[in-house]
Amino acid sequence: MTMLHIVNKSPFERNSFDTCLKNAKAGSAILLIEDGVYAAAKGTAVTEQLKKVMGNHAVYALWPDVEARGMQDRTIEGIKLIDYSGFVDLTAEHSNVQSWL
Amino acid sequence: MEGGPGVIKKFMYVNRKAPYGTIYALESLEVVLIAAAFDQDVSLAFIDDGVYQIAKGQRTKGIDVKNFSPTYRALEGYDIEKLYVAKESLEQRGLTEDDLLVDVQVVSAAEMADLMDQQDVILSF
Repeated sequence: MTMLHIVNKSPFERNSFDTCLKNAKAGSAILLIEDGVYAAAKGTAVTEQLKKVMGNHAVYALWPDVEARGMQDRTIEGIKLIDYSGFVDLTAEHSNVQSWL
Repeated sequence: MEGGPGVIKKFMYVNRKAPYGTIYALESLEVVLIAAAFDQDVSLAFIDDGVYQIAKGQRTKGIDVKNFSPTYRALEGYDIEKLYVAKESLEQRGLTEDDLLVDVQVVSAAEMADLMDQQDVILSF
């Protein structure tokens, strides 16, 4: 089983997203929640950074947070959008959870 | 008469935070409305993640938080019409003026600096 990395801060305001990508082993999963979902948007200064790691990581974004921030029509293709029960499933499916606060 | 009744000062509210992750955006909006009630000369600046406050399409039902984004559209009714958005901040986030829910003036960092320089009071959120 692999680790689940959770990022809840905007990639433009904090370095949590950046540090997460640097420290996540290939095969681990990355979940973007709260202000972290801004990293899931297309055409931003961090889009390429995320696209680059998508080959090595399954990337998820929490849909209610995406929608709340008006990012629903801008998410990068290949990012899996999940709801709260999907969030629960992810935490159960992975061996450990690392929250990059 | 300095500071007496009827004095109108230039207030600028500088918004630099995304809307729901922290309380700053909502608090700013509340204070903006107070200043408007006192007939002050109010302008709003949206810089960095603050530009996300006025992004179109916010639907907050799923996170059980009040969607206060429609309030920005009501500001016009309080004679608050000076909304300035940092060009660089929009670009960094892949946003354009069309992605915003209110009419704004997109300004460069140098223009924003001049605007800030003209204020009597600056409130940071």
